[in-house]
Amino acid sequence: MSKNIKDNQGDVWEVFVQSKPGLPHKHAGSLHATDKEMALQNARDLYTRRNEGTCIWVVPLNAITSSMPEDSESFFDPSDDKAYRHPTHYIMPEGAKHI
Amino acid sequence: MEDAKKLEEFQAKIDAEIKIEPKDWMPEDYRKHLQRQISQHAHSEVIGMQPEGNWISRAPSLRAKVVLLAKIQDEAGHGQYLYSAAETLGKSRDEYIEELQSEKAKYSSIFNYPTLTWADMGAVGWLVDGAAIVNQVSLQRTSYGPYARAMVRICKEESFHQRQGYEIIAHMAQGTPEQKAMAQDALNRFWWPSIMMFGPHDSDSPNTGNATLWKIKRETNDELRQKFIDKTVGQAEIIGLTIPDPDLKWNEARGHYDFGKMDWDEFWNVVKGNGPCNKQRLEHHKKAHKEGKWVREAALTYAQKQKEKQMVA
Amino acid sequence: MTQQDALINYCLRLGDTSLILGQRMAEWTSNGPTLEEDIALTNISLDLFGQARTFLTYAGEVEGKGRTEDDFAYHRNEREFYNTLLSERPNGHFGDTIARNFLHAAFLYHLYSALTKSKDDKIAALASKSLKEVTYHLRHSSEWIVRLGDGTVESHQKIQDSINDLWMFTGDLFVMNEVDELLIKEGIAANLNEIKKLWDNTVNEVLQRATLKRPIDGFMQKGRLEGRHAECLGHLLAEMQFLPRAYPDATW
Repeated sequence: MSKNIKDNQGDVWEVFVQSKPGLPHKHAGSLHATDKEMALQNARDLYTRRNEGTCIWVVPLNAITSSMPEDSESFFDPSDDKAYRHPTHYIMPEGAKHI
Repeated sequence: MEDAKKLEEFQAKIDAEIKIEPKDWMPEDYRKHLQRQISQHAHSEVIGMQPEGNWISRAPSLRAKVVLLAKIQDEAGHGQYLYSAAETLGKSRDEYIEELQSEKAKYSSIFNYPTLTWADMGAVGWLVDGAAIVNQVSLQRTSYGPYARAMVRICKEESFHQRQGYEIIAHMAQGTPEQKAMAQDALNRFWWPSIMMFGPHDSDSPNTGNATLWKIKRETNDELRQKFIDKTVGQAEIIGLTIPDPDLKWNEARGHYDFGKMDWDEFWNVVKGNGPCNKQRLEHHKKAHKEGKWVREAALTYAQKQKEKQMVA
Repeated sequence: MTQQDALINYCLRLGDTSLILGQRMAEWTSNGPTLEEDIALTNISLDLFGQARTFLTYAGEVEGKGRTEDDFAYHRNEREFYNTLLSERPNGHFGDTIARNFLHAAFLYHLYSALTKSKDDKIAALASKSLKEVTYHLRHSSEWIVRLGDGTVESHQKIQDSINDLWMFTGDLFVMNEVDELLIKEGIAANLNEIKKLWDNTVNEVLQRATLKRPIDGFMQKGRLEGRHAECLGHLLAEMQFLPRAYPDATW
């Protein structure tokens, strides 16, 4: 069962750090680890040495699904002409306040 | 053959200062150049831990000890960030390490010089980190996204490194006659290798190729070297140390310091493995890596056992 | 013995132990099994040096003769150090280091937990800060004990041997003398007999998780209370103290 393991550095994990309660977790970087506890500890030692964090998420790289560059036109360009989703699209009567 | 249209689009992005990301199309030469440059940079951080690590156990005060240790620890972190950036180019950290250990990959030659006295901790921080920072600041604008991001993080963390070194050497330069002599000796030994860290003159630089066109490199070796010299001369003067170059003088017309000839023969010899510590540095790295093998295997095996247990349950 | 003398000695014990273990951990720089672990090991070292500095500084304050952290660290001889015998054990291989750190962190964890309630405000405050750090050191070393113990056949044997070899130095952690007696009476120090029970539980629990055997208590080495150490401490100090001793007129 556990034979034939080739020496390596473990899997790549992506690290997300929340710098303050209330703020979103932000991508900090990546690291190698063999399991989630080690990934968490390594993330703590690597990415929070200067008071950068109050919470850490670690995610195995292979669990992340990314859109591809060739998706980008069909994914993102269609929203270009939909300015009505932004508040500046609307004309407000002169003098109207708090809206 | 690479698609001419893709190449054109790629160049257009570079010209428009749009960063290239790992999944984007890129010319094979761009990928190879980055793999070589980023891994070399990572190896330099990691090998660079050794000459400074040489003095942790002998740091002359507890404050000096923790500062030095924190700094070397940052270097391990920087190596880690850079390997991560390099891995996004499709090669694993294990492969990069193998290239280092089999001498297919290089690291900065400066680390093949020994650190002989405590003053060398000053000289290394002040000059070697100082030179590295000039280069790294410039690389924050490099065209490859993961490399640029690693550089931004590294530059932020490096900001205390050069000060740490300068503080040591400045203090020694004002100290007892013996300390002052040590400080001057350290400057004498590290000055020329430090300014050669920027690499050969632009006219004889073999690896430049498209690096400028592709904005991997934003400033040339000679430009960066001049920047470093211009800002360092005054720092030496203010602490009463003499830069070991009789030809060093301010050139009003150029608005820069002129300086003497560098010994490229020595430089290339050290690159080729004939420096005082090349063998020692590599052997140290190999030994640590080899001694860690059973530990890595244990952790991998434990993880696999846990996975198997979970699947059964 | 006055309470002041006892308190100075107590601070030196805590400070010296962190100092010597910190010095050992710093030796791991550029020698870790992965880059991530290299950083983890030096993080522990930095925590320990931090603890050493505050306890040695406090020793100097209590003494009131102007001695600084560096005076204590650099200008005392082998027989004047009160660190635990366990803390000075050489690093050996990664398993030896992890075993030493684990046995030690379990001790400091319970000791500092108790000292947060010390009637000496400064000791209580320093213990609270140190406890946070040592809690992580215990977690780090425990997780590694489990991975090495329940990893490969080779790693299991190696870490079991490490624990067995270090076991005879664990008795020294818990010995007490008149310093403890006096300070326990004042509510300043912790009773190490109590700490021993808690330590036993922690050690047993982790060893069991790691599929390792707890060694049988045999003859135990003792000596920290009298500053009687292994030969290796002299070499560690000779290296650590070299510069201030070689250049007594210099500041750094």
